[in-house]
Amino acid sequence: MSILGPQRGRRLTGAHQSLAFSRRMVIVGGAQTAIGAILVGRLGYLAISQNEHYQLLSENNRVQLIVVPPRRGWLVDRYNKPIAINRSDFRIDIIPEQLEQPERTLRLLAQLLQLNVDEVDRIIRELKAARGYQPVQVAENVPYENYAAVTVRLPELPGVVPQRGFSRFYPAGPAVGHLIGYVGTANAKEYEKEKNPLLITPGFKIGKEGLEKTLEQDLRGSPGGQRVELTARGKLVRELTPKPDRSGATTQLAIDAGLQEYAARRLGEESGSCIVIDCLTGDILCMASMPAYDPNSFSDGIGRIEWKMLSEDERKPLLNKNLNALYPPGSTIKPMGALAILQAGIDPDATVNCPGGYALGNRFFRCLGRHGTVNMRRAIAKSCNTYFYSMGHKIGYDAIAPMAKRLGLGEKFDLPVVSQNYGTVPDSAWKLRKWNEPRRIVERPDWTASDTLNASIGQGYLIVNPLQLAVMAARIASGRDVQPTLIGAHTKPAPLIGLDPKHLEVVRGGMWEVVNGDGTAGASRLMTPGIEMGGKTGTAQVRKISGSQRGQSGDWKYRDHGLFVFFAPTSNPRYAGAVVIEHGLGGARAAAPVAKDVLTYLFDKPQAMARLAELEAGWGGTLLERNARRAAAVQAAAAAAIANSRA
Amino acid sequence: MIISAILPTPLARLPWRLIFMVAGICGFGIIVLYSAAGGNFAPWASKQAMVILFFLAVAIVISTIKESTMKALTFPGYAAIVVMLIGVEALGFVTKGAQRWLDLGFIRLQPSEFMKPAIVLTMARFYELLPAGEIRKWRALWPALLLLGVPAGLILVQPDLGTCLMVVFCGITVMFLAGLPMWYFVGSGVAVAAAMPVVYALMHDYQRRRVMTFLDPESDPLGAGYHISQSKIAIGSGGLFGKGYLNGSQAHLQYLPEGHTDFVFASLVEEWGMVGGTLLILGFALVIRWGMNVAKRAPTRFGQLTAAGLSGTIFFYASINLLMVMGLAPVVGVPLPLVSFGGSAVMTVMICLGILMSLERQQRSQSRLEG
Repeated sequence: MSILGPQRGRRLTGAHQSLAFSRRMVIVGGAQTAIGAILVGRLGYLAISQNEHYQLLSENNRVQLIVVPPRRGWLVDRYNKPIAINRSDFRIDIIPEQLEQPERTLRLLAQLLQLNVDEVDRIIRELKAARGYQPVQVAENVPYENYAAVTVRLPELPGVVPQRGFSRFYPAGPAVGHLIGYVGTANAKEYEKEKNPLLITPGFKIGKEGLEKTLEQDLRGSPGGQRVELTARGKLVRELTPKPDRSGATTQLAIDAGLQEYAARRLGEESGSCIVIDCLTGDILCMASMPAYDPNSFSDGIGRIEWKMLSEDERKPLLNKNLNALYPPGSTIKPMGALAILQAGIDPDATVNCPGGYALGNRFFRCLGRHGTVNMRRAIAKSCNTYFYSMGHKIGYDAIAPMAKRLGLGEKFDLPVVSQNYGTVPDSAWKLRKWNEPRRIVERPDWTASDTLNASIGQGYLIVNPLQLAVMAARIASGRDVQPTLIGAHTKPAPLIGLDPKHLEVVRGGMWEVVNGDGTAGASRLMTPGIEMGGKTGTAQVRKISGSQRGQSGDWKYRDHGLFVFFAPTSNPRYAGAVVIEHGLGGARAAAPVAKDVLTYLFDKPQAMARLAELEAGWGGTLLERNARRAAAVQAAAAAAIANSRA
Repeated sequence: MIISAILPTPLARLPWRLIFMVAGICGFGIIVLYSAAGGNFAPWASKQAMVILFFLAVAIVISTIKESTMKALTFPGYAAIVVMLIGVEALGFVTKGAQRWLDLGFIRLQPSEFMKPAIVLTMARFYELLPAGEIRKWRALWPALLLLGVPAGLILVQPDLGTCLMVVFCGITVMFLAGLPMWYFVGSGVAVAAAMPVVYALMHDYQRRRVMTFLDPESDPLGAGYHISQSKIAIGSGGLFGKGYLNGSQAHLQYLPEGHTDFVFASLVEEWGMVGGTLLILGFALVIRWGMNVAKRAPTRFGQLTAAGLSGTIFFYASINLLMVMGLAPVVGVPLPLVSFGGSAVMTVMICLGILMSLERQQRSQSRLEG
C-alpha cells in the first residue's frame, strides 16, 4: 500500500483523467445514439409496419354504431302463408349519455309503465354498466296507452327514447311450437360464443329452439344504424352517414301451414304427434306435436311458474314427440316385415295357420285373435302376429333389420332440427355390442329366436321415433327413396328405392284392406268419394304384460300407445304419414281417426273443418281458446305465488 | 460571421445555432398544442409560448454567469434544494397527503425539478475537487453516493418515481464520466437486476400496476393500460405522414389521455406521422450533440462534467418520455421537455441550456484568447 499508493496516484494524472473522460464520452455518446436509434426504430414499427392494425383500432374508437336491430326474416309455408312474422310493438329505451336526472326519470317511468321492483333494479344495474350511446332497455311490448303516456311527458324526460320495435309473432301459436321453436334474448353464454355486440342490443332476439335456432344465421339479417363520431366520454361530435340494416331472409318451409294447424288442433287434448309427408318428394307437410308450449309467450321471456308447470306436466309439452320421443312401433312395422319376407323369396300366397298364437319351444307367443289360415295380405289386414312370428322365425331377424333400415327406421335424417333421437333397429351384431358395453340392457349376448319374434311384431328392442314411421310409410307408398325435408317446396320426385314393384303392390294391398276391407281400421275409412286411404295400425305396450292386465285400462301412463301409419290415395299415393297417440290404448281407436281427419283436410277441407268444430266443441273450445285459458291460469298461479312469497 | 456583422455584439455572441434548434422544437410543440386544444391557442399553446419565451430569457441571463460563480454557488444551491425537499416532505406529513411542491404564494416551486441540473453541478464540482489520484479510492465513491442518495430518496418518498429515476441517471452519468472504475457500474447494474423483485414488493400499488401494465398493456385496456394502449393507437394510426394537421381523432376525441402533457408525442405523431416524429427526435439529438460537443471542448474538468451531465439530463428527459409513450418503458410520468404543456420541464431544460451556453461562451472567449 505504501509503495503502490503513491505510484498509482502518480500514474493517474490530469492527462490520464482527460483521456478517460474522452473514452467514456464515446461510450455515453454511443449509448445515447443507440437509444435514439431504438426510438426511431420503434416509431417505424408502430407507425409503418403496424399501421393498418392501429388505424383499425383508431377507427373503432372514433366511429360507433347506434345499432338498429335488423328485422328477423319471416318463415312462410309452402304456399307462402306466414308461419313466423314480426309484429310491430312499442318499446322504451334510455340513452345513458343523455339521461339528466336518473332517479327522477326512473321513478316517473316506473309509475307510467307500471314497472315492478325487479325491473327497476335491472334497469339501474344496466345503466351503471352502460357506456355512452349504447341504449338500455326500459320495457318492451308496451301497451299503447302507456307508450302514449311516456311520449307526452318526453320533454321532462331527457334521454328516454320511445321507439317502434318488432316482436316475433306466430299466428298459429302452440300448433307450431315444437316445429318452429321460439326466440329470446341472448344469454351470457351465447354472447361469449359469438362476441357480436348485436346480441346485447336491447330488443334483439335470437332463435332459441327449433327452426328459429337452426336457421338463425339466415333469419338474422345484418344490423344497421346511425354511425356517429363520439368522444371518449361518449359525447356526440357529429353524425355520419347512417348504415342501412338488412332484414333477415324470408325462408320458405315445406310445411303446409293449414295442415299443420289442423293436425295440431285435431290432436286435441291427447299427447301425441302427427306427421304428413309428400311421399313423392319427401316434403314434410306437417309435423305436429301436442301438447305444446306457446312460442309467443316464450318469446317474451317465460316466467318461473309457467316453466315449472310445463316441465312437470306428464304429457310433456316441452318435448317434440316427432323427433325426441321413442316408441316401440308395434304392428305398424308389419308392412316393412312383409317386404323383408318377400325379399327373402317367400311367396305372398303362402299361408300360415293362426290358432291364436305361436309356439316356440315351450313358450307360446300370443296373437290378438284366432285368424285361421292367413296369407300375407290377410295377415296385414288383420294384423295377425302368428303369421309374422312364423315367417320372421323362418327368415331370421338379420334378414328383416336391413329392410327396416332401408325404409328409414333407426335413421338420423339430415334435417335442420336441434336434436333427433333416432332409436334402435336391433340385430345380432347390435346385441353383441350392447352385451360388451359396461351398462347392459340385454340379458345375453346372442340373438335368440324369441328376440326375432318380439321384433317381428314391433316390440322388444326395436324403438323408433314417429318421423321414422312416417318416412317408412312414405317409402312403401311411393317405392321411392324419400328423404324428409323441412326447407323449401319441392316438385322433383325422389329416385326409386329399388324394391320390386310387385312386392310393394302386395304390401300396399294389405294396407288398403286394413282400412277398406275388413281390417283393423275399418272405422277410419275416408268419406271423400274416390279417395281411399291405406294404413296399418299399431298398439305398443308401455310395460310388460302382467297377468290379465293388457295395458287397456288403469293408470293413463301405463296404457298402451296407439300408432297408425298411412298413405293416400291408394290408387296413386301422394301423401303418407304417421300418427302416434301416447297411451291412446290402440292404433285403430286413437290414431287412425286422427289420420283420417287430417287426410280429409287435404282432400275436402269443409268436411274436415266441420268434423273438427264438432270435436273442439266437446273439448271446450279451439286450441287458441284453450291455450288462452291455460295462460290465464298460469298467470293467476304466478300472481298467487308472488303474493305467497310476500306474505 | 454575417450575424456578427449585422447584430450588436452581445446578441451576436449568443449561440444562435442552438437557439434556432431549440426554437424549432418549441415551435413544433406549440403547433401541436394548438391542435390538441381543437385548433385553439387557448388554453395551452399561448400560455406555453409565454412560458417558453420567459424561460428562454432566463436561460440567456444564466448564460452570462461565469464558471467561477457557478462553482461557488453549487454547494449552497444543492443544500438549499435538499432543505426544500425536506420541507415538502414535512408539509406533506402535516397535510397527510402526497406533496410535490412548495407554495410560496406567488409561485409553486417543485424543488425536485431543480435537483435535476443541481445534481449534475454538484457531482461535477465534487469530482473536480477530488484529486486525480483518488478516483479509484473509496473516498471517490461514498460522498458522491451520499450526495446523490439523499435527494433521490427524498424524491422517491414524495412519491415521484420519474423524477427520482432522472436524478439518479444524471448523477450516475457524471460519476461514469468522472472515471470511476468500470466494475462499479457493471456490478451495480447486475445488482439492480437482481434487486428488481425486492423493489417491486416495496412499490406503491399504482406503481406496481404501471409496471404490470407496461409489461402487458392489453391486459387491462380500459383500466391502467388505457394510457399506453391509446398512445400506441395514436402513434400507430399516424403512419408515415400522419392524419394531417388538426385531424388527429385520438387526441381530438379525447381517446388519448394527457395528449397535451405526457403523451404529447402521440398527438404529434398522429397528425404528423413518422416523418414529424423523426424530425422531433432529430431536433433533440442535435441539441444533445451540441451539448456533448461543449463538454468535449471544455477546458476545465468542472466544465467537462457539467456540460456532459446536463446534456445527459436533456437526453434522459426526452428519451424516458419517448420510450414510455411508445410502450418501451413503464408509464412514470415524465413529460417531453419543451413540447409537453407545463412550465417545470421547460424551466429545467432552459436552466440546463443556460448553463451550457455559459460554458460555451467561455470556451469561445478562451479560445479567442488562446488563438
